[in-house]
Amino acid sequence: MTAISVFNLSKRYGKTRALDDVSLELGRGEMVALIGASGSGKSTLIRHIAGLEAGDGEKGRIAVLGEVSQESGRFNRARRRGRIAVIFQQFNLVARLSLLTNVLVGHLGRMPALRGTLGLFNAAEKDKARAALARVGIDHLAGQRASTLSGGQQQRAAIARSLVQEAEILIADEPISALDPAAARRVMDVLSDINRQEGITVLVSLHQVEYARRYCRRTVAMRDGRIVFDGPSTALTNDFLAELYGEASEELVLPDAPAESPAGFKPANRHETPVPETV
Amino acid sequence: MALGNETALSGKSKDRAAPRAEAALMPGRMRNYTLIAGLALLLAISWGPAEMSRFTYLVTDSGNMAEYASGFLRPDFTDWRFYLEEMIVTIQTALWGTFLAVLLSIPFGILSAHNMAPWWIVHPVRRLMDLFRAIHEVVFAVLFVVAVGLGPFAGVMALFVHTTGILAKLFSEAVEAIDPRPVEAIRVTGASRIQQVIFGVIPQVLPLWMSFSLYRLESNIRSATVLGVVGAGGIGQVLFESIRAFYYPQSAAILIVVVVTVTIMDLISQQLRKLAI
Repeated sequence: MTAISVFNLSKRYGKTRALDDVSLELGRGEMVALIGASGSGKSTLIRHIAGLEAGDGEKGRIAVLGEVSQESGRFNRARRRGRIAVIFQQFNLVARLSLLTNVLVGHLGRMPALRGTLGLFNAAEKDKARAALARVGIDHLAGQRASTLSGGQQQRAAIARSLVQEAEILIADEPISALDPAAARRVMDVLSDINRQEGITVLVSLHQVEYARRYCRRTVAMRDGRIVFDGPSTALTNDFLAELYGEASEELVLPDAPAESPAGFKPANRHETPVPETV
Repeated sequence: MALGNETALSGKSKDRAAPRAEAALMPGRMRNYTLIAGLALLLAISWGPAEMSRFTYLVTDSGNMAEYASGFLRPDFTDWRFYLEEMIVTIQTALWGTFLAVLLSIPFGILSAHNMAPWWIVHPVRRLMDLFRAIHEVVFAVLFVVAVGLGPFAGVMALFVHTTGILAKLFSEAVEAIDPRPVEAIRVTGASRIQQVIFGVIPQVLPLWMSFSLYRLESNIRSATVLGVVGAGGIGQVLFESIRAFYYPQSAAILIVVVVTVTIMDLISQQLRKLAI
């Protein structure tokens, strides 16, 4: 059974085609990387799958776990909410709330509305939130305000929130591009662990192809709103990327890329301090 | 690199700005003269109706003023207990008026924020708040005195309505300035709209909202005093009655009580506002 299926999805912002007739299928339990240079349409595709945006009217359909979530630019009003957990580039925690409360928010979609609105989480829900924080290794920080934590800790808290959500699908929009390499690796480790242990389908968009090669068996590559490659990550050699993206391939490859990368392929300090692309 | 760009940019804009400034100079100067002449004309027209010619009385009849003021020189604190009681009534009026206003400004503030509600809700709510704000507390107080009778409750209602208009606007501006991304993250967990507001919006705006509310409480204590003059109870009413009865020493005592209390309340509220942020 497919986890996510996207058919002929297009989206235009003014004159730019952010998505151009995109079709994509993800099977259950897969961990798939979505790569592409800035502005290639990765984020747009992810926001559509997450149900945060609707595509252009003519055609286009997205189904999640067999249930249509949007069709021809209209959301299916009867769709079940909260079936996809989403991790964002900027973590998107509520800065002034404690880490625990931020994680507890993951329960909201599946608890009685009034109790959720009043924030009356019961003991079982709190235990589950603590367990999720322990799962990502930051349960000792549960009482702290989210704003006091480092980027890597915040991103792991965001993953804990999505664990509490108990979604079968997790999509992550550039989850590591605002993090330093060590924190980035820990976040990717947690994601791939969740994929293997809990069997959660993971779609993760990445700026750097090196992580795709290391963590995902399958990679989908986008350029100018179109999917230009969909296959095994091992096929993504630097030469192939250069062919696919031309000049833009430089921003996709890490300096410490594997052997097939020609020495001095790019400036050494280019990616040492990754900068969020939207800032 | 960024610095280079910046200097290049400012250099370019200076080049372009220079001829434009020169071209605009003459009409600009003309416009200034026209504005000054217009203002002078308006002042001249208003001289008569405002009875400005009576300014000489300030000098010729200064004795009257001195005599009137001298009545206030010996404040009479015999009834200080009564003044204090009435002052507290005034504070309590302001407290209730502000509290009700804060309560109602939460939904109204959210419903009049463009990023929270569709335009066909935002605009009617905003116009209603404009109306609340445009009409002065004193006017509302007169209205409510007619409706609910003389006394502090009319003052509570007047402050409540007017302050709701102000706070809802301030609250909605804070809401419009939030970071939408945490709210989005909460939305994808399947949370309802109200839950998105409670967990995503309110934590972000709470410090500002508290600060605004305390500031309004501060101003409302001052306003509540004035409202007493039109019959809305409290120290204002006592003050107005004693002035009308020519009890100047008592009036002076009341004024001192008001000034001291308002100053103390301002100081307390300032400290609280510091804590809120």
